[in-house]
Amino acid sequence: MSISVEYRSVQKISGPLIFVEGVTDVGFNELVEVRDAEGGLRRGRVLEINRGVAAVEVFEGTTGLSTTSTSVRFLGKPLTIPLSTEMLGRVFNGLGEPIDGGPAPFTEEYRDVNGLPMNPFSRDYPTQFIQTGISAIDGMDTLVRGQKLPIFSGSGLPHNLLATQIARQATIVGEEVSFAVVFVAMGIKHDEAAFFKRSFEESGALKNSAIFLNLADDPPVERLVTPRSALTLAEYLAFEQDMHVLVILTDMTNYAEALREISAAREEVPSRKGYPGYMYSDLASIYERAGRIKGKKGSITQMPVLTMPNDDITHPIPDLTGYITEGQIVLDRDLHRRGIYPPINILPSLSRLMKDGIGKGKTREDHGPVASQLYSAYARAQELRSLSAIIGEEGLTEKDRAYLRFGDSFERNFLSQGIDENRSLERTLELAWEQLSLLPESELTRIPDRFIKIYYKRS
Amino acid sequence: MAKIGRIVRITGPVVQAEGVAGLEMHELTMVGNEELIGEVVRVEGKMATIQVYEDTAGLKLGEPVKGSGMPLAVELGPGLLQSIFDGIQRPLTVIRDATGDFVKRGVKASALPRDRKWHFVPLKKRGEYVAPGTIIGKVQETPLLEHRILVPPNREGKIEFIAEEGEYTIEDCIAKLSRGEETYELKMYHKWPVRKPRPYIERLEPSEPVITGQRIIDMFFPVAKGGAVSIPGGFGTGKTITSHQLAAWSDCEVIIYIGCGERGNEMTEVLINFPEWKDPRSGRPLMERTVLIANTSNMPVAAREASIYTGVTIAEYFRDMGYNVGVMADSTSRWAEALREISGRLEEMPAEEGYPSYLASRLGEFYERAGKVKSLSGLYGSVTLVGAVSPPGGDFSEPVTVHTKRFVRAFWALDSALASMRHYPAINWLTSYSEYIDYVEKWWNERTNGRWKELRIKALDILKKEDDLKEVIRLVGIESLPETEKLIMETARLLREGFLQQNAYDPVDTYSSPEKQFKLLSAILAFHEISLKAISKGVPVSKISSLPSVTDLAKLRMSVPNEKADEIDRFLDRVQADIKRLAGEGV
Repeated sequence: MSISVEYRSVQKISGPLIFVEGVTDVGFNELVEVRDAEGGLRRGRVLEINRGVAAVEVFEGTTGLSTTSTSVRFLGKPLTIPLSTEMLGRVFNGLGEPIDGGPAPFTEEYRDVNGLPMNPFSRDYPTQFIQTGISAIDGMDTLVRGQKLPIFSGSGLPHNLLATQIARQATIVGEEVSFAVVFVAMGIKHDEAAFFKRSFEESGALKNSAIFLNLADDPPVERLVTPRSALTLAEYLAFEQDMHVLVILTDMTNYAEALREISAAREEVPSRKGYPGYMYSDLASIYERAGRIKGKKGSITQMPVLTMPNDDITHPIPDLTGYITEGQIVLDRDLHRRGIYPPINILPSLSRLMKDGIGKGKTREDHGPVASQLYSAYARAQELRSLSAIIGEEGLTEKDRAYLRFGDSFERNFLSQGIDENRSLERTLELAWEQLSLLPESELTRIPDRFIKIYYKRS
Repeated sequence: MAKIGRIVRITGPVVQAEGVAGLEMHELTMVGNEELIGEVVRVEGKMATIQVYEDTAGLKLGEPVKGSGMPLAVELGPGLLQSIFDGIQRPLTVIRDATGDFVKRGVKASALPRDRKWHFVPLKKRGEYVAPGTIIGKVQETPLLEHRILVPPNREGKIEFIAEEGEYTIEDCIAKLSRGEETYELKMYHKWPVRKPRPYIERLEPSEPVITGQRIIDMFFPVAKGGAVSIPGGFGTGKTITSHQLAAWSDCEVIIYIGCGERGNEMTEVLINFPEWKDPRSGRPLMERTVLIANTSNMPVAAREASIYTGVTIAEYFRDMGYNVGVMADSTSRWAEALREISGRLEEMPAEEGYPSYLASRLGEFYERAGKVKSLSGLYGSVTLVGAVSPPGGDFSEPVTVHTKRFVRAFWALDSALASMRHYPAINWLTSYSEYIDYVEKWWNERTNGRWKELRIKALDILKKEDDLKEVIRLVGIESLPETEKLIMETARLLREGFLQQNAYDPVDTYSSPEKQFKLLSAILAFHEISLKAISKGVPVSKISSLPSVTDLAKLRMSVPNEKADEIDRFLDRVQADIKRLAGEGV
């Protein structure tokens, strides 16, 4: 390190970027140390090198830097973070430095935060059911180990509550090991961060958790590094230490905003709504760091949370996310307004890996058909609700009215549950059959007769 | 002469090098001390711009850039089948052995195994003159496919030597050709540049449908062998499952599946399922006819751009052996985005939504590589292209969908409303279309007593009427409709639930033989005719629809296996008897 040259040739400062002139022997993407006039140390990363000019993004922001008094050193290596199992139970900033007042954890190894793509041939297909204790998820959009399943929410909806409930309750039935949780907060407010810390402390989950905090007033460049630091730890815990890691990333919308901000500062050609054209690839480099590897015991399951700007699911952030993740859990403002918690709208929600994680030997044989029937019945009930709003209930047939009763009961008794209520899968399916029994038996066309014989409750 | 330049600029996957006069467009180059693989995308004087197929982190100014004198090419020969390659045809198995479970850069790997021996059977004799593309021998590559050894399209001559039947590796010389003064050694493989379509004798009009076993596709919106089709759909509408189903069940001899910028777990799913799933015609594992190309979303973006060319070039090679080849590219939008990203780094003037202005012409060039041809070998072969499109926000007016529509002749529009009702495949029957109907009509009519076209028009008509009636019902309720219209709603429901919906995870329903498809559709339409008569005798539709046999009609797709399709006729007799009984006619 000592041989590296110190440059004092900052030519331009723009937003979070500084441009350094006359550099030689500088590598793309390498780590940079920036010293301001007072001698304060900041870190950054090389974004582009064009002839002798290096564009550097400064993680801590450029406030206070000048072209005359700033010195820059290129470290000849990418940004790495120190890793160890001692990081569980601790709180870090986006660069992996402890911010809970404790000493730096003992380091077992250093790794590049950018990670490497998992070889598709080495992947093992996720098939193990994770019980979250939440009926709408376990019953309808089952989460499996190694999946990436985001929560699409909106401002003011209880996604934080739901995320912490899942972090507390997630278990594999029949196995005593609990998840290690890596919790990543990006651009969230101080009081939200306090809520998370308190919630983890109270439930005793903190000792198995590593928390990475990048708050709303922290520099946006650091926000881009935060999930990568956290996922580097998750990969270490999963694939070196055989742990099952649940990674909760909140809020990906703030991350994407930071990405747009940096892109604009670099004067790049924007694509939709000003977001950079590479946002899909960039998000994929985060989300694809979930999964399992053949021959390894551990796994990484991701639950990113994002707030859809203006509740618009076609906005680039939820849209690109949905194209990468293996399904989505969608929260609904209307359900929330009616006091239903968790306000999960099952119709646009989906778990792509559900089919391989449920059924005989995994959950219960009737699980798949029951979920499918609930979907189609609830879709029918929603359709009839809007119809009856126009023509009145009198215009409906008796069968249609049964669907309306089903719809109401499904929301009140199946979807709805307490913030501390941890339902077993058996309980979830029992509730599911109670709802289905509100419909005439002949309507259950998606369920084989043998299950109807066992579980259908004739009134 | 080695052309060596120096890196002067690095921005993401794009590198500029100076001092390399004579580099050609699309020339393969070695970038940096680690010799990362790249391709020239722009030349200005002594300056060349190169897209690099691997991660460029750590690359420094001043590192060397070397030209190879060759364009980016693929290796074509025995060993392609059952392989999984990255976007530039490096086997992922070899990469794993070299760098472990995570893909590191700088791996040099031959596409085809060099040490494996194949049983070569010569088909030509010494002294014969062979033209480009002639089949000179064969290798049984897998039990499903005979790999025909071709004279490369740019070689011809008199056979001076041809190897005897026996075991050879692909590096062994199996023939020598002479032409004038020159002689060439032929091996079982040759290379071909990915961006250059392989030559053929002539293009032909498509005439035969690809039988996919998917009812809505085969009966309503068929694609012909040698056709091009697009599957657009927002996320969660089932593009990938539809692509998987086509790769699994299409009656093509060879399938090339390109996972272009998509999820890693989806490729794993294919890798797990295809060796287990059996081809419905031969009973052999599907993997024996499949080549996989996986460049997942987190792998280098430039290699994603190359992956569809790699795939389609391999497809053309099998076409030239006289096979029908199906190519599934999931998703072409990710390819277009890669194009956009590289274009942005090149600081080109963007057209719509940041895409480069040449997006449309690139798409056109790609889809034109589909076709039915008389190949140089004299055999007929075809390449059918199926491109999934992922429109942002499910909006079909975005540039990739719009431009793709200009170059494909069948369009399977996936619909998020259908998907959220769990109606799969979520292909919307009102907005999808196929221009191949007239081409494949003859094929179907020969197998259905000339009734195929008439049935599909009738069925689509009922579904269209259902859509119109829905508007009326929204205003006045179903009870105020006349009985004949109520029947339309009932028949349309049967069509949707008993014919159009198809469960990819149900062992019986996942593949429907043409015979079963036709019988199912005829049965539902026959039900409509029988019921019309009953209505005229005063039987209400509500009584007909609550008959248990009518409820079961919707379940035949799952309860009747392909080989017992005749049971559908007998079942229809039962429905007919039940309805006649309602009308008081006795049996």
